[in-house]
Amino acid sequence: MEILDLTESLDREFISQVEEESGQRVRLCYQCGNCTAGCPYTFAFDIPVSRMMRLLQAGQKDQLLSSHSVWLCATCESCTTRCPNGIDVARIVDVLRHMARREGYATERGVKVFWDSFLESVAKHGRVYEMGLLTSYIAKTGKVWTDAELGPRILPKGKLHLTPSRIQGREAVARIFERYKEASK
Amino acid sequence: MSPAYAYYPGCSGLGTSMEYEQSTRAICEALDVNLVDIPDWSCCGSTPAHTVDHTLSCALAARNLGLVEKMGLDTVITPCPSCLTNLKTAVHRMGDEEFMRRVNSLLDEPVGNTVRVKSVLQALIEDVGPEKLAERVVRPLSGLRVAPYYGCIMNRPPEVMEFDDHENPVAMDRLMEAIGAEVAPFPLKVECCGASFGVARKDVVARLSGKLLDLAEANQAMAMVTACPLCQMNLDLRQGQINAATKSQHEMPVFYYTQLIGLALGLDESSLGLNKLCVNPGLALREAERKTAEAAS
Ligand code: SF4
Ligand code: SF4
Repeated sequence: MEILDLTESLDREFISQVEEESGQRVRLCYQCGNCTAGCPYTFAFDIPVSRMMRLLQAGQKDQLLSSHSVWLCATCESCTTRCPNGIDVARIVDVLRHMARREGYATERGVKVFWDSFLESVAKHGRVYEMGLLTSYIAKTGKVWTDAELGPRILPKGKLHLTPSRIQGREAVARIFERYKEASK
Repeated sequence: MSPAYAYYPGCSGLGTSMEYEQSTRAICEALDVNLVDIPDWSCCGSTPAHTVDHTLSCALAARNLGLVEKMGLDTVITPCPSCLTNLKTAVHRMGDEEFMRRVNSLLDEPVGNTVRVKSVLQALIEDVGPEKLAERVVRPLSGLRVAPYYGCIMNRPPEVMEFDDHENPVAMDRLMEAIGAEVAPFPLKVECCGASFGVARKDVVARLSGKLLDLAEANQAMAMVTACPLCQMNLDLRQGQINAATKSQHEMPVFYYTQLIGLALGLDESSLGLNKLCVNPGLALREAERKTAEAAS
Protein backbone atom coordinates (compact mmCIF):
# COMPACT_ATOMS: atom_id res chain seq x y z
CA MET A 1 0.00 0.00 0.00
CA GLU A 2 1.20 3.42 -0.90
CA ILE A 3 1.88 5.60 2.13
CA LEU A 4 0.98 9.20 1.64
CA ASP A 5 2.64 11.99 3.58
CA LEU A 6 -0.31 14.36 3.81
CA THR A 7 1.66 17.32 5.12
CA GLU A 8 4.28 16.94 2.44
CA SER A 9 1.83 16.72 -0.44
CA LEU A 10 -0.74 19.24 0.82
CA ASP A 11 -1.17 21.84 -1.90
CA ARG A 12 -2.92 24.88 -0.41
CA GLU A 13 -2.67 26.83 -3.63
CA PHE A 14 -4.67 24.07 -5.35
CA ILE A 15 -7.44 24.15 -2.73
CA SER A 16 -7.94 27.87 -3.04
CA GLN A 17 -7.87 27.66 -6.82
CA VAL A 18 -10.67 25.07 -6.81
CA GLU A 19 -12.64 27.20 -4.34
CA GLU A 20 -12.15 30.27 -6.49
CA GLU A 21 -13.13 28.61 -9.77
CA SER A 22 -16.11 26.71 -8.37
CA GLY A 23 -17.38 29.35 -5.97
CA GLN A 24 -17.70 26.58 -3.33
CA ARG A 25 -16.22 26.21 0.14
CA VAL A 26 -14.38 22.93 0.31
CA ARG A 27 -14.12 23.01 4.12
CA LEU A 28 -17.89 22.64 4.50
CA CYS A 29 -17.78 18.94 3.62
CA TYR A 30 -18.10 16.82 6.77
CA GLN A 31 -17.87 13.50 4.96
CA CYS A 32 -21.43 12.30 5.49
CA GLY A 33 -21.18 10.25 2.28
CA ASN A 34 -24.57 11.31 0.87
CA CYS A 35 -23.02 12.27 -2.44
CA THR A 36 -21.41 8.88 -2.88
CA ALA A 37 -24.55 7.05 -1.78
CA GLY A 38 -26.53 8.70 -4.56
CA CYS A 39 -23.84 8.75 -7.24
CA PRO A 40 -24.83 6.31 -9.99
CA TYR A 41 -21.24 6.18 -11.21
CA THR A 42 -19.54 4.92 -8.06
CA PHE A 43 -19.16 1.47 -9.65
CA ALA A 44 -17.06 2.99 -12.43
CA PHE A 45 -15.19 5.62 -10.39
CA ASP A 46 -11.68 4.91 -9.13
CA ILE A 47 -12.25 7.52 -6.41
CA PRO A 48 -15.82 7.85 -5.04
CA VAL A 49 -17.09 11.42 -5.00
CA SER A 50 -17.05 11.96 -1.18
CA ARG A 51 -13.47 10.69 -1.19
CA MET A 52 -12.67 13.23 -3.89
CA MET A 53 -13.96 15.89 -1.52
CA ARG A 54 -11.75 14.56 1.28
CA LEU A 55 -8.68 14.46 -0.97
CA LEU A 56 -9.50 17.98 -2.03
CA GLN A 57 -9.52 19.12 1.60
CA ALA A 58 -6.14 17.47 1.92
CA GLY A 59 -4.90 19.30 -1.19
CA GLN A 60 -4.05 16.13 -3.11
CA LYS A 61 -3.86 17.68 -6.54
CA ASP A 62 -2.09 14.97 -8.46
CA GLN A 63 -4.32 12.13 -7.25
CA LEU A 64 -7.43 14.07 -8.12
CA LEU A 65 -6.43 15.34 -11.54
CA SER A 66 -5.16 11.94 -12.62
CA SER A 67 -8.33 10.14 -11.51
CA HIS A 68 -10.74 8.46 -13.89
CA SER A 69 -13.63 9.80 -11.85
CA VAL A 70 -13.18 13.37 -13.13
CA TRP A 71 -13.83 12.09 -16.67
CA LEU A 72 -16.63 9.70 -15.80
CA CYS A 73 -18.81 12.07 -13.81
CA ALA A 74 -21.95 12.64 -15.87
CA THR A 75 -22.93 15.83 -14.03
CA CYS A 76 -26.18 14.12 -13.06
CA GLU A 77 -26.47 16.60 -10.18
CA SER A 78 -27.45 13.96 -7.63
CA CYS A 79 -24.54 14.86 -5.31
CA THR A 80 -25.25 18.59 -5.56
CA THR A 81 -28.96 18.10 -4.92
CA ARG A 82 -28.44 15.86 -1.89
CA CYS A 83 -25.48 17.46 -0.12
CA PRO A 84 -26.76 18.57 3.32
CA ASN A 85 -24.24 21.42 3.33
CA GLY A 86 -25.40 22.91 0.05
CA ILE A 87 -22.09 22.24 -1.67
CA ASP A 88 -22.35 22.22 -5.46
CA VAL A 89 -20.31 19.03 -5.65
CA ALA A 90 -20.92 18.47 -9.37
CA ARG A 91 -19.54 21.92 -10.07
CA ILE A 92 -16.40 21.08 -8.12
CA VAL A 93 -15.92 17.89 -10.15
CA ASP A 94 -16.44 19.94 -13.32
CA VAL A 95 -13.74 22.38 -12.18
CA LEU A 96 -11.35 19.50 -11.42
CA ARG A 97 -11.98 18.29 -14.96
CA HIS A 98 -11.18 21.75 -16.35
CA MET A 99 -7.90 21.67 -14.44
CA ALA A 100 -7.12 18.13 -15.57
CA ARG A 101 -7.60 19.32 -19.17
CA ARG A 102 -5.40 22.33 -18.70
CA GLU A 103 -2.65 20.28 -17.12
CA GLY A 104 -2.77 17.62 -19.79
CA TYR A 105 -4.30 14.72 -17.84
CA ALA A 106 -6.75 12.58 -19.79
CA THR A 107 -7.19 9.24 -18.11
CA GLU A 108 -10.33 8.51 -20.13
CA ARG A 109 -9.08 9.46 -23.53
CA GLY A 110 -12.13 8.17 -25.41
CA VAL A 111 -14.42 10.36 -23.32
CA LYS A 112 -12.27 13.44 -23.87
CA VAL A 113 -11.96 12.85 -27.61
CA PHE A 114 -15.72 12.42 -27.90
CA TRP A 115 -16.37 15.74 -26.17
CA ASP A 116 -13.64 17.50 -28.16
CA SER A 117 -15.02 16.21 -31.44
CA PHE A 118 -18.45 17.46 -30.43
CA LEU A 119 -17.18 20.97 -29.75
CA GLU A 120 -15.13 21.06 -32.95
CA SER A 121 -18.30 20.26 -34.81
CA VAL A 122 -20.12 23.13 -33.06
CA ALA A 123 -17.26 25.56 -33.73
CA LYS A 124 -17.34 24.64 -37.41
CA HIS A 125 -21.05 24.44 -38.16
CA GLY A 126 -22.69 26.38 -35.35
CA ARG A 127 -24.65 23.25 -34.49
CA VAL A 128 -23.46 19.75 -33.79
CA TYR A 129 -23.41 17.52 -36.83
CA GLU A 130 -23.85 13.99 -35.48
CA MET A 131 -22.48 12.02 -38.43
CA GLY A 132 -19.41 14.26 -38.64
CA LEU A 133 -18.91 13.93 -34.89
CA LEU A 134 -18.81 10.14 -35.15
CA THR A 135 -16.45 10.18 -38.14
CA SER A 136 -14.07 12.49 -36.34
CA TYR A 137 -14.24 10.36 -33.16
CA ILE A 138 -13.33 7.23 -35.13
CA ALA A 139 -10.50 9.03 -36.96
CA LYS A 140 -8.97 10.27 -33.72
CA THR A 141 -9.33 7.19 -31.56
CA GLY A 142 -8.42 4.83 -34.38
CA LYS A 143 -11.29 2.67 -33.12
CA VAL A 144 -13.45 1.35 -35.87
CA TRP A 145 -16.90 2.40 -34.88
CA THR A 146 -17.64 0.13 -31.99
CA ASP A 147 -21.27 0.95 -32.51
CA ALA A 148 -21.20 -0.51 -36.02
CA GLU A 149 -24.02 -2.89 -35.16
CA LEU A 150 -26.25 0.11 -34.55
CA GLY A 151 -25.86 1.27 -38.15
CA PRO A 152 -28.53 -1.02 -39.60
CA ARG A 153 -30.92 0.01 -36.83
CA ILE A 154 -30.54 3.74 -37.19
CA LEU A 155 -29.62 4.49 -40.80
CA PRO A 156 -32.89 3.30 -42.37
CA LYS A 157 -34.76 5.57 -39.95
CA GLY A 158 -33.27 8.56 -41.74
CA LYS A 159 -32.21 10.11 -38.44
CA LEU A 160 -28.51 10.60 -39.18
CA HIS A 161 -27.99 13.24 -41.82
CA LEU A 162 -25.08 12.91 -44.14
CA THR A 163 -24.58 16.65 -44.49
CA PRO A 164 -24.34 19.24 -41.70
CA SER A 165 -27.05 21.77 -40.98
CA ARG A 166 -25.12 24.99 -41.43
CA ILE A 167 -26.39 28.19 -39.93
CA GLN A 168 -25.90 31.84 -40.85
CA GLY A 169 -24.45 32.51 -37.44
CA ARG A 170 -21.76 29.84 -37.62
CA GLU A 171 -19.10 32.53 -37.77
CA ALA A 172 -20.57 34.22 -34.71
CA VAL A 173 -20.30 30.87 -32.92
CA ALA A 174 -16.74 30.36 -34.15
CA ARG A 175 -15.89 33.80 -32.75
CA ILE A 176 -17.12 32.71 -29.29
CA PHE A 177 -14.56 29.90 -29.37
CA GLU A 178 -11.81 32.22 -30.66
CA ARG A 179 -12.42 34.84 -27.99
CA TYR A 180 -12.47 32.11 -25.36
CA LYS A 181 -9.09 30.80 -26.56
CA GLU A 182 -7.68 34.32 -26.65
CA ALA A 183 -8.93 35.07 -23.12
CA SER A 184 -7.58 31.86 -21.63
CA LYS A 185 -4.04 32.29 -22.99
CA MET B 1 -54.31 31.06 -28.52
CA SER B 2 -51.98 31.36 -25.57
CA PRO B 3 -49.07 33.82 -25.55
CA ALA B 4 -46.21 32.88 -27.84
CA TYR B 5 -43.10 31.07 -26.67
CA ALA B 6 -39.76 31.30 -28.39
CA TYR B 7 -38.91 27.72 -29.32
CA TYR B 8 -35.45 26.15 -29.09
CA PRO B 9 -35.44 22.67 -30.71
CA GLY B 10 -31.82 21.68 -29.99
CA CYS B 11 -29.40 19.89 -32.30
CA SER B 12 -30.51 16.33 -31.69
CA GLY B 13 -34.02 17.34 -32.77
CA LEU B 14 -32.65 17.64 -36.28
CA GLY B 15 -31.20 14.12 -36.12
CA THR B 16 -31.39 11.33 -33.59
CA SER B 17 -34.45 12.68 -31.79
CA MET B 18 -36.39 13.96 -34.79
CA GLU B 19 -39.49 12.06 -33.67
CA TYR B 20 -39.45 14.03 -30.39
CA GLU B 21 -39.20 17.22 -32.36
CA GLN B 22 -42.00 16.25 -34.77
CA SER B 23 -44.36 15.07 -32.07
CA THR B 24 -43.65 18.13 -29.88
CA ARG B 25 -44.60 20.47 -32.71
CA ALA B 26 -47.64 18.37 -33.58
CA ILE B 27 -49.12 18.34 -30.08
CA CYS B 28 -48.30 22.00 -29.40
CA GLU B 29 -50.22 22.92 -32.51
CA ALA B 30 -53.12 20.68 -31.55
CA LEU B 31 -53.21 22.15 -28.03
CA ASP B 32 -52.84 25.79 -29.17
CA VAL B 33 -49.42 26.26 -27.62
CA ASN B 34 -47.89 28.88 -29.85
CA LEU B 35 -44.25 28.18 -30.79
CA VAL B 36 -42.10 30.74 -32.60
CA ASP B 37 -38.79 29.35 -33.82
CA ILE B 38 -35.65 31.24 -32.85
CA PRO B 39 -34.15 32.34 -36.15
CA ASP B 40 -30.66 30.93 -36.66
CA TRP B 41 -30.34 29.34 -33.22
CA SER B 42 -27.01 27.66 -32.48
CA CYS B 43 -25.87 24.75 -30.31
CA CYS B 44 -26.20 25.37 -26.55
CA GLY B 45 -22.90 23.55 -25.91
CA SER B 46 -24.59 20.53 -24.30
CA THR B 47 -22.44 18.45 -21.91
CA PRO B 48 -19.09 18.89 -23.69
CA ALA B 49 -18.91 22.67 -23.27
CA HIS B 50 -19.27 22.71 -19.50
CA THR B 51 -16.58 20.05 -19.19
CA VAL B 52 -14.18 22.57 -20.77
CA ASP B 53 -15.12 25.88 -19.19
CA HIS B 54 -18.16 27.45 -17.54
CA THR B 55 -17.87 30.84 -19.24
CA LEU B 56 -17.57 29.26 -22.69
CA SER B 57 -20.51 26.98 -21.96
CA CYS B 58 -22.73 29.85 -20.79
CA ALA B 59 -21.72 32.00 -23.77
CA LEU B 60 -22.85 29.29 -26.22
CA ALA B 61 -26.20 29.15 -24.43
CA ALA B 62 -26.40 32.93 -24.09
CA ARG B 63 -26.06 33.62 -27.80
CA ASN B 64 -29.47 31.97 -28.11
CA LEU B 65 -30.93 33.89 -25.17
CA GLY B 66 -29.80 37.06 -26.96
CA LEU B 67 -31.67 35.99 -30.10
CA VAL B 68 -34.81 35.50 -28.00
CA GLU B 69 -34.44 38.99 -26.52
CA LYS B 70 -34.35 40.34 -30.07
CA MET B 71 -37.57 38.50 -30.89
CA GLY B 72 -39.25 40.51 -28.17
CA LEU B 73 -40.44 37.38 -26.36
CA ASP B 74 -39.93 36.83 -22.66
CA THR B 75 -39.92 33.02 -22.44
CA VAL B 76 -38.13 30.32 -24.40
CA ILE B 77 -39.12 26.66 -24.20
CA THR B 78 -37.21 23.57 -25.26
CA PRO B 79 -38.08 19.86 -25.33
CA CYS B 80 -34.52 18.72 -24.48
CA PRO B 81 -33.43 18.56 -20.79
CA SER B 82 -29.80 18.98 -21.77
CA CYS B 83 -30.49 22.23 -23.65
CA LEU B 84 -32.79 23.23 -20.80
CA THR B 85 -30.02 22.76 -18.25
CA ASN B 86 -27.54 24.80 -20.27
CA LEU B 87 -29.95 27.64 -20.92
CA LYS B 88 -31.17 27.72 -17.31
CA THR B 89 -27.68 27.46 -15.86
CA ALA B 90 -26.59 30.38 -18.03
CA VAL B 91 -29.49 32.50 -16.76
CA HIS B 92 -28.82 31.44 -13.17
CA ARG B 93 -25.08 32.10 -13.23
CA MET B 94 -25.43 35.39 -15.10
CA GLY B 95 -27.26 36.61 -12.00
CA ASP B 96 -23.70 37.32 -10.92
CA GLU B 97 -22.67 40.53 -12.66
CA GLU B 98 -19.01 39.73 -12.91
CA PHE B 99 -19.78 36.36 -14.49
CA MET B 100 -22.22 37.98 -16.90
CA ARG B 101 -19.57 40.48 -17.93
CA ARG B 102 -17.19 37.63 -18.77
CA VAL B 103 -19.88 35.78 -20.76
CA ASN B 104 -20.71 38.95 -22.66
CA SER B 105 -17.06 39.52 -23.48
CA LEU B 106 -17.19 36.33 -25.59
CA LEU B 107 -20.29 37.38 -27.53
CA ASP B 108 -20.70 39.65 -30.59
CA GLU B 109 -23.59 41.40 -28.87
CA PRO B 110 -24.07 41.42 -25.10
CA VAL B 111 -27.23 39.86 -23.64
CA GLY B 112 -29.33 41.46 -20.93
CA ASN B 113 -30.35 38.22 -19.20
CA THR B 114 -34.05 39.04 -19.33
CA VAL B 115 -35.39 35.80 -20.78
CA ARG B 116 -37.13 33.00 -18.83
CA VAL B 117 -36.45 29.38 -19.74
CA LYS B 118 -38.86 26.46 -19.38
CA SER B 119 -39.17 22.95 -20.69
CA VAL B 120 -41.99 22.14 -23.09
CA LEU B 121 -43.20 19.79 -20.33
CA GLN B 122 -43.49 22.70 -17.90
CA ALA B 123 -45.29 24.82 -20.49
CA LEU B 124 -47.77 22.01 -21.14
CA ILE B 125 -48.49 21.48 -17.44
CA GLU B 126 -48.81 25.18 -16.67
CA ASP B 127 -50.45 26.44 -19.84
CA VAL B 128 -52.64 23.57 -20.92
CA GLY B 129 -52.88 21.47 -17.78
CA PRO B 130 -54.03 17.87 -17.35
CA GLU B 131 -57.75 18.75 -17.18
CA LYS B 132 -57.82 20.56 -20.49
CA LEU B 133 -55.66 17.87 -22.06
CA ALA B 134 -58.08 15.18 -20.84
CA GLU B 135 -60.98 17.03 -22.48
CA ARG B 136 -59.24 16.89 -25.83
CA VAL B 137 -58.50 13.16 -25.76
CA VAL B 138 -60.27 11.22 -28.52
CA ARG B 139 -58.43 7.93 -28.15
CA PRO B 140 -57.70 7.20 -24.49
CA LEU B 141 -54.70 4.91 -23.95
CA SER B 142 -56.36 3.22 -21.02
CA GLY B 143 -54.93 -0.23 -21.74
CA LEU B 144 -51.36 1.02 -21.68
CA ARG B 145 -49.28 0.74 -18.52
CA VAL B 146 -46.25 3.02 -18.70
CA ALA B 147 -43.17 3.69 -16.59
CA PRO B 148 -42.43 7.43 -16.64
CA TYR B 149 -38.70 8.16 -16.64
CA TYR B 150 -37.58 11.78 -16.28
CA GLY B 151 -33.80 11.41 -16.37
CA CYS B 152 -31.34 13.06 -14.07
CA ILE B 153 -31.28 16.74 -14.97
CA MET B 154 -34.82 17.82 -15.82
CA ASN B 155 -35.42 18.78 -12.19
CA ARG B 156 -31.97 19.03 -10.64
CA PRO B 157 -30.55 20.94 -8.96
CA PRO B 158 -33.86 22.41 -7.78
CA GLU B 159 -32.59 25.97 -7.24
CA VAL B 160 -31.62 26.16 -10.90
CA MET B 161 -34.36 24.12 -12.54
CA GLU B 162 -37.26 25.46 -10.42
CA PHE B 163 -39.78 22.91 -11.63
CA ASP B 164 -41.68 19.98 -10.17
CA ASP B 165 -40.15 17.77 -7.47
CA HIS B 166 -36.47 16.92 -7.63
CA GLU B 167 -36.79 13.44 -6.09
CA ASN B 168 -40.23 12.46 -7.31
CA PRO B 169 -41.30 14.56 -10.29
CA VAL B 170 -44.91 14.03 -11.39
CA ALA B 171 -45.54 16.32 -14.39
CA MET B 172 -45.25 13.52 -16.92
CA ASP B 173 -47.25 11.14 -14.70
CA ARG B 174 -50.11 13.67 -14.64
CA LEU B 175 -50.10 14.07 -18.41
CA MET B 176 -50.05 10.30 -18.88
CA GLU B 177 -53.02 9.92 -16.51
CA ALA B 178 -54.82 12.67 -18.42
CA ILE B 179 -54.60 10.64 -21.62
CA GLY B 180 -55.94 7.62 -19.79
CA ALA B 181 -52.72 5.62 -19.46
CA GLU B 182 -51.95 3.67 -16.32
CA VAL B 183 -48.79 4.86 -14.56
CA ALA B 184 -46.60 2.13 -13.09
CA PRO B 185 -44.55 2.97 -10.01
CA PHE B 186 -41.02 3.82 -11.08
CA PRO B 187 -38.67 4.67 -8.21
CA LEU B 188 -35.71 5.32 -10.54
CA LYS B 189 -37.41 8.34 -12.16
CA VAL B 190 -34.44 10.63 -11.69
CA GLU B 191 -31.53 8.17 -11.92
CA CYS B 192 -28.95 8.63 -14.66
CA CYS B 193 -29.14 6.47 -17.83
CA GLY B 194 -25.44 6.70 -18.67
CA ALA B 195 -25.77 10.05 -20.40
CA SER B 196 -23.36 10.73 -23.25
CA PHE B 197 -21.02 7.83 -22.48
CA GLY B 198 -22.67 5.58 -25.07
CA VAL B 199 -19.90 6.02 -27.60
CA ALA B 200 -16.81 6.00 -25.38
CA ARG B 201 -17.97 3.79 -22.48
CA LYS B 202 -20.80 1.52 -23.53
CA ASP B 203 -20.31 -0.61 -20.42
CA VAL B 204 -21.48 2.31 -18.26
CA VAL B 205 -24.65 2.80 -20.30
CA ALA B 206 -25.38 -0.93 -20.33
CA ARG B 207 -25.23 -1.05 -16.55
CA LEU B 208 -27.24 2.10 -15.80
CA SER B 209 -29.83 1.88 -18.55
CA GLY B 210 -30.04 -1.86 -17.95
CA LYS B 211 -31.21 -1.23 -14.38
CA LEU B 212 -33.93 1.10 -15.67
CA LEU B 213 -35.22 -1.48 -18.14
CA ASP B 214 -35.13 -4.19 -15.47
CA LEU B 215 -37.20 -2.09 -13.10
CA ALA B 216 -39.73 -1.09 -15.75
CA GLU B 217 -40.19 -4.74 -16.59
CA ALA B 218 -40.37 -5.83 -12.95
CA ASN B 219 -43.15 -3.30 -12.44
CA GLN B 220 -45.08 -4.68 -15.40
CA ALA B 221 -44.78 -1.62 -17.56
CA MET B 222 -45.67 -2.23 -21.20
CA ALA B 223 -43.55 0.75 -22.25
CA MET B 224 -41.29 3.43 -20.87
CA VAL B 225 -41.98 7.12 -21.42
CA THR B 226 -39.19 9.65 -21.58
CA ALA B 227 -38.76 13.37 -22.05
CA CYS B 228 -35.06 13.31 -23.00
CA PRO B 229 -33.37 12.52 -26.34
CA LEU B 230 -30.30 11.03 -24.68
CA CYS B 231 -32.31 8.82 -22.29
CA GLN B 232 -34.53 7.68 -25.14
CA MET B 233 -31.56 6.83 -27.34
CA ASN B 234 -29.75 4.89 -24.61
CA LEU B 235 -32.83 2.89 -23.69
CA ASP B 236 -34.17 2.31 -27.20
CA LEU B 237 -31.35 2.30 -29.77
CA ARG B 238 -28.94 0.64 -27.35
CA GLN B 239 -31.43 -1.87 -25.92
CA GLY B 240 -29.87 -4.66 -27.98
CA GLN B 241 -26.39 -3.84 -26.68
CA ILE B 242 -27.77 -3.68 -23.15
CA ASN B 243 -29.48 -7.05 -23.54
CA ALA B 244 -26.21 -8.56 -24.77
CA ALA B 245 -24.17 -7.01 -21.96
CA THR B 246 -26.56 -7.79 -19.11
CA LYS B 247 -27.89 -11.08 -20.46
CA SER B 248 -31.45 -9.86 -20.53
CA GLN B 249 -34.14 -10.00 -23.17
CA HIS B 250 -35.95 -6.75 -22.95
CA GLU B 251 -38.24 -5.68 -25.73
CA MET B 252 -39.49 -2.54 -24.13
CA PRO B 253 -40.78 0.25 -26.36
CA VAL B 254 -39.48 3.65 -25.26
CA PHE B 255 -41.78 6.51 -26.22
CA TYR B 256 -41.40 10.22 -25.97
CA TYR B 257 -44.30 11.47 -23.85
CA THR B 258 -45.25 13.77 -26.72
CA GLN B 259 -45.83 10.79 -29.00
CA LEU B 260 -48.31 9.22 -26.58
CA ILE B 261 -50.13 12.50 -26.09
CA GLY B 262 -50.31 12.84 -29.87
CA LEU B 263 -51.81 9.37 -30.21
CA ALA B 264 -54.42 10.13 -27.57
CA LEU B 265 -55.30 13.37 -29.35
CA GLY B 266 -55.96 11.31 -32.45
CA LEU B 267 -53.11 12.81 -34.46
CA ASP B 268 -51.82 11.00 -37.49
CA GLU B 269 -49.14 8.45 -36.55
CA SER B 270 -46.80 9.68 -39.28
CA SER B 271 -46.77 13.15 -37.71
CA LEU B 272 -45.58 11.58 -34.45
CA GLY B 273 -42.63 9.65 -35.88
CA LEU B 274 -43.61 6.31 -34.31
CA ASN B 275 -41.77 4.57 -37.15
CA LYS B 276 -38.51 6.17 -35.95
CA LEU B 277 -38.44 4.14 -32.74
CA CYS B 278 -36.05 1.18 -32.75
CA VAL B 279 -37.99 -1.18 -30.51
CA ASN B 280 -41.23 -1.52 -32.42
CA PRO B 281 -44.09 -0.21 -30.28
CA GLY B 282 -46.79 -1.89 -32.39
CA LEU B 283 -47.20 -4.90 -30.15
CA ALA B 284 -47.64 -2.87 -26.96
CA LEU B 285 -50.08 -0.48 -28.63
CA ARG B 286 -52.21 -3.30 -30.01
CA GLU B 287 -52.20 -5.03 -26.63
CA ALA B 288 -53.30 -1.77 -25.06
CA GLU B 289 -56.13 -1.41 -27.55
CA ARG B 290 -57.25 -4.94 -26.90
CA LYS B 291 -57.36 -4.28 -23.14
CA THR B 292 -59.23 -1.03 -23.65
CA ALA B 293 -61.82 -2.77 -25.83
CA GLU B 294 -62.15 -5.59 -23.31
CA ALA B 295 -62.75 -3.16 -20.46
CA ALA B 296 -65.37 -1.32 -22.50
CA SER B 297 -67.36 -4.42 -23.39
S1 SF4 C 1 -22.78 15.09 0.60
FE1 SF4 C 1 -21.69 17.03 0.92
S2 SF4 C 1 -21.03 16.98 3.06
FE2 SF4 C 1 -21.63 14.89 2.54
S3 SF4 C 1 -19.71 13.93 1.89
FE3 SF4 C 1 -20.66 14.72 0.04
S4 SF4 C 1 -19.82 16.79 -0.23
FE4 SF4 C 1 -19.36 16.14 1.86
S1 SF4 D 1 -22.71 14.65 -10.62
FE1 SF4 D 1 -21.01 13.23 -10.98
S2 SF4 D 1 -20.15 12.86 -8.98
FE2 SF4 D 1 -22.14 13.80 -8.66
S3 SF4 D 1 -23.52 12.09 -8.39
FE3 SF4 D 1 -23.57 12.59 -10.55
S4 SF4 D 1 -21.99 11.32 -11.53
FE4 SF4 D 1 -21.63 11.27 -9.30
